[in-house]
Amino acid sequence: MGAIGRILVQRLILGVLTLFAVSIVIFVAVNMLPGDFAEAILGQGATPEAVEAIRRDLGLDRPMVQRYLSWLAGVLHGDFGTSFAQANFRSFTGSETGSGLGSVAEQIKPRFQNTIFLAGTTAAIAVPVSLTLGVLAALYRNTVFDRITNVATLTSISSPEFFLAYILILFLAVLNPVFPSLSNIHEGLSFTERLRLTMLPALTLTLVVTAHMMRMTRAAIINLLASPYIEMARLKGLSPMRVIIVHALPNALAPIINVIALNLAYLITGVVVVEVVFVYPGIGQLFVDSVKIRDIPVVQACCLVFAAAYILLNLTADILSILSNPRLRHPK
Amino acid sequence: MAERLLEIRDIHIEGHTDETWVPIINGVSLTLDKGEVLGLIGESGAGKSTLGLAAMGYTRDGCRISSGSVNFDGIELTTADAATRRRLLGARIAYVAQSAAASFNPAHKLIDQHVEAPVVHKIMSREEAMRDGIELYRRLRLPNPEEIGFRYPHQVSGGQLQRAMTAMAMSCRPDLIIFDEPTTALDVTTQIEVLAAIRDIVEQFDTAAIYITHDLAVVAQMADRIKVLLRGDEVEEAETREMLSHPREEYTKSLWAVRSFQRPQKPPAPAGSTPVVALRGVSAAYGKIPVLHDVSFEIAEGRTVAVVGESGSGKSTAARVITGLLPPTEGVVEFMGEPLPPSYRKRSRDQLRQIQMIYQMADTALNPNKTIAEIIGRPVQFYTGRTGRERERRVDQLLEQIELDPATFRGRKPGELSGGQKQRIGIARALAAEPRFIICDEVTSALDQLVAEGILRLLARLQDELGLSYMFITHDLATVRAIADEVVVMKDGRVVETGPRDEMFRPPHHPYTDLLLSSVPEMDPDWLDRLLAERGVENIGDAAADRM
Amino acid sequence: MIAIMVEILGLVLGCLALGWVFRAAGRRLTGNRPYFRDMGMGVAFGYALGAVLLVGIIYVYWQGKTAEGPEAARYFFFNKAVEGFILFAVAAWVFRALGRRIGTAGSRRLFRQMPLTAAFGILVITLYALTAIFADFLAPYGQADVFDKVNVLPGGDPAMGGDPRFLLGTDQIGRDLLSRLIFGAQNTVGIAFATTCIAFFLGGTFGFLAATLGGWVDQLLGRLVDVLMAIPALIFALLLMTIASAWAGSEKQLLTLYMVFIIAVIDSTRVFRLARAVAGNIVVMDYIEAARLRGEGLGYLIFREILPNATSPLLAEFGLRFCFVFLTIASLSFLGVGIQPPLADWGSMVRDLAPFINFAAFSPLTASLPLMAAGAIALLTVAVNFVVDWMLYRSSGLKE
Repeated sequence: MGAIGRILVQRLILGVLTLFAVSIVIFVAVNMLPGDFAEAILGQGATPEAVEAIRRDLGLDRPMVQRYLSWLAGVLHGDFGTSFAQANFRSFTGSETGSGLGSVAEQIKPRFQNTIFLAGTTAAIAVPVSLTLGVLAALYRNTVFDRITNVATLTSISSPEFFLAYILILFLAVLNPVFPSLSNIHEGLSFTERLRLTMLPALTLTLVVTAHMMRMTRAAIINLLASPYIEMARLKGLSPMRVIIVHALPNALAPIINVIALNLAYLITGVVVVEVVFVYPGIGQLFVDSVKIRDIPVVQACCLVFAAAYILLNLTADILSILSNPRLRHPK
Repeated sequence: MAERLLEIRDIHIEGHTDETWVPIINGVSLTLDKGEVLGLIGESGAGKSTLGLAAMGYTRDGCRISSGSVNFDGIELTTADAATRRRLLGARIAYVAQSAAASFNPAHKLIDQHVEAPVVHKIMSREEAMRDGIELYRRLRLPNPEEIGFRYPHQVSGGQLQRAMTAMAMSCRPDLIIFDEPTTALDVTTQIEVLAAIRDIVEQFDTAAIYITHDLAVVAQMADRIKVLLRGDEVEEAETREMLSHPREEYTKSLWAVRSFQRPQKPPAPAGSTPVVALRGVSAAYGKIPVLHDVSFEIAEGRTVAVVGESGSGKSTAARVITGLLPPTEGVVEFMGEPLPPSYRKRSRDQLRQIQMIYQMADTALNPNKTIAEIIGRPVQFYTGRTGRERERRVDQLLEQIELDPATFRGRKPGELSGGQKQRIGIARALAAEPRFIICDEVTSALDQLVAEGILRLLARLQDELGLSYMFITHDLATVRAIADEVVVMKDGRVVETGPRDEMFRPPHHPYTDLLLSSVPEMDPDWLDRLLAERGVENIGDAAADRM
Repeated sequence: MIAIMVEILGLVLGCLALGWVFRAAGRRLTGNRPYFRDMGMGVAFGYALGAVLLVGIIYVYWQGKTAEGPEAARYFFFNKAVEGFILFAVAAWVFRALGRRIGTAGSRRLFRQMPLTAAFGILVITLYALTAIFADFLAPYGQADVFDKVNVLPGGDPAMGGDPRFLLGTDQIGRDLLSRLIFGAQNTVGIAFATTCIAFFLGGTFGFLAATLGGWVDQLLGRLVDVLMAIPALIFALLLMTIASAWAGSEKQLLTLYMVFIIAVIDSTRVFRLARAVAGNIVVMDYIEAARLRGEGLGYLIFREILPNATSPLLAEFGLRFCFVFLTIASLSFLGVGIQPPLADWGSMVRDLAPFINFAAFSPLTASLPLMAAGAIALLTVAVNFVVDWMLYRSSGLKE
């Protein structure tokens, strides 16, 4: 267990270091903002108090390293600072003692849960469908079925998410009203109602992710079926079913886990555009809205959340594929 | 009269490339009686493996049997349905693959893979099959037969895996086993054990076998009859002894003749003369892992020194130290009595020019996107400053020196050349620098024997004409015998023994040198028996009794 | 929900039955030929399902052809999709047939081995390139020309709210949509192409340097790229665009320029990875070692020995990167932070015209406006991907 433990610890440390480096990159990027930024975003109606509030929030009067460390300390405690939009609002009303609603963390939390729900629904549909199709395409490779799926998945991968989204809206919401085209999710919805509202964005993401996942599964399985030990199993006179289940599957686990994790990571980017199309109240939409009004603390926080999720999923893929490698599990 | 087991008649096999079917086997026939061993021999691309698999009624993806018949004990395999074929495979016909490491499933223990065929074919219960497996491991002289089956493939060495695979093929006591180059990937000293084990067990159970290999000496030990293939066609077939002593066809004769090339050993260099290259107390390491320990030897003017050893002996590392790719941690490399800077980056252009290298894989040694004229012309221009017409003339001259027609080859790219021609271009590129010393790193091991001999003759001629000195890195003692003046034997990063070639092939020696030399198969069907008797291995008695 | 489940189950069972009948009939009629004898149930099911789907498509298409009035609108898009598919397939087939007869021996051989998808891809890419280059001649009006008639419906029929001067109608501020669609080719494709070129220049240069020099240069660049790649590309682009927009202020054109550089830098990390890997495979070749031992300099190694051998994987990657850049720019524009007005581009056209999709039931032509812009994006990326797929297939086939 020594060797594998060491590798796992190494990967974990590497993951943490990457996350740390990413936080520096994001922080430095934000600090490249021009100096008169506070006035610029508040426009001509900026009160000196509001400008001051933003400057204080960004801590523009302190040296950069110190600012970074205090920001990082805040993040580690779940405090991402205060949203500009809220700060602006506060400066107009004059109330300094917020109920906590103005904090970025409070804004992100429910949105994040919604996004996780969307991603979860997508994964629940996409993973079984794409694995099945991928394995079928590998087994029946170079047949008509394989060629049609190849063309279909390539088309799906190549299309922008909003194209697929509008096609689905056209056919499933406008022409045949099966699902609503706007996902106005709010508190207190029943699970089925929520699922119905989430269906179209989830289906759009499914189309994209399934195509990716299917192609990767197909490639992994074909690669596997070309191994000499599979030929050996066939030459032992085993039935095709037994060859697949006993000989291919245990070795297919690592590549398949990898495919799933990588595509869940891919979902993170896809979610942004899809949420905007369906006005789905997730973190992606919050991010885009904040980008438009240059609500820097929110942008910064969302960016970190996305990157963290992305790194975490890649790390998971890495660790699971190490764990499922018999060469590492049973050292010499 | 023996009972007929397998009969392949006029079989044609095609492979699918670039949307068309290309023939691989053109109408070969073969027969095999019960208990008989047939050797299939041929160079790479001869279709040996394809034919071997076809004997099981199996073709790889992208191949098909287009006509002909495969009859195994009364069952026509080409038209049999899948279920019928499956009942035969593993149970009555078994397969032993070239690379055991790749052909064992990494996810399962050896014994689990061993018992699979007998259990699936309902020949034995799982417990019986396991007991039998351990017995087979014992008979194949695997260490720890009780325990070795409970390891995973990657925990077992290559030679042992190959024996475990033979045991697995034996698990159902098949009537026929196809051995597809089972020892090609192994070192010579390991090969012996596997060969002896395979032969014993085949004889003990009176199993018929098709033994596929490219090595004549190996097939001479294993087979009762030999069939020679060339590019999908049969050349000839005869009893082993008959084939070895009286080959009929020109092609077979030429294969046999290769081994006869031997250059007389040159007298040792006069005492006190400066060696061209000398290693003095060289140690080297890859990172923190030491690979060379206090290595010293010299290469005299106009001589060929063969550096011999098995994989991992450090012979190629020694070459990397000489060229400066791997600076030594200790010791020094001298050229004409002057120490060379350790790294090639620090060496002068003239120092670089004097030491040239020819590589094992001509495919990766030549830039596939350049013409032959560019490949040879670049060092001409780089070192001698010739350009334009002068450079062209020199390239043509070099091409003539390596016996290739300049007009035909100047404009070609490496992809349009055969393996032997590519290797000649590699030689010409080295010559273009007008060096004194050339390192030949396994230059013939990737080539078929006939082509390899041509390369050796060319190198010998060039040495005589140009007064070159060679360092010949090889694991093949036939090559050493053919061309070396002196031999350096290496093992585990140390020099075990050095001396003139003719002395090295006469005992007594360092025990490792003896082991290495005696393990090289000879073209004598009795060689293996004799060797095993000399080494005093058990089981030979039973084997001989079963033979008749 | 349950009704749908039952329908799907019925379809599966029906196809299974049909497949069984098909296989049994095949065995009977061909005298138990090995193809039918060894056919699995899965394959038979596949044939049956394929046949059912094909019949279904033809049936729905026929329904659409015969339907009238508002009912016809429901089938409009489906029928147009079917017709478009057939049209493109025929065009690609004709294009390939022409390619097999015209041109040099080399190009003819190329076309002979080409699958229909790749021929389609090449045809579409050519059309886009021509449209982009000759946009000024093809478009009836300038991309920024504003007319007094706003929100003209497409179709050119005055009775239906159209105007023969504006075939596809005008937008909210009175710009001709057809012209903007055509200029979109120039702007969106042109900007994406330029961005990809910059990304390749940056990523390729550093990737080759890292592979050839090795050592700490390789380590440093590798780690840096690892960190940059740990942030999803679109997210990172949005973050940087926020900052860029603060710098650009009201200078909208400047923002487009910033975008080009931001995406180029982000994308160059992906190019770096590939270039590093490709060059890494070449650097270990013996001919590179031979050149090093000869005493050749860095420039000779990179430009004369490595680059010529890296062109085919890099070319395929260029296609994929172009698609990725193109989609990223379109997404940014769609989100409102990409290419800025008055430049016409497809991404922002989709966003502006998106509400029209709700008119699909009574005015299909109007509803197809956003789909046209989005489809224009999709068509090009699909085409490029088809060609790249074929290139990769060819190069993998040649290796064996």
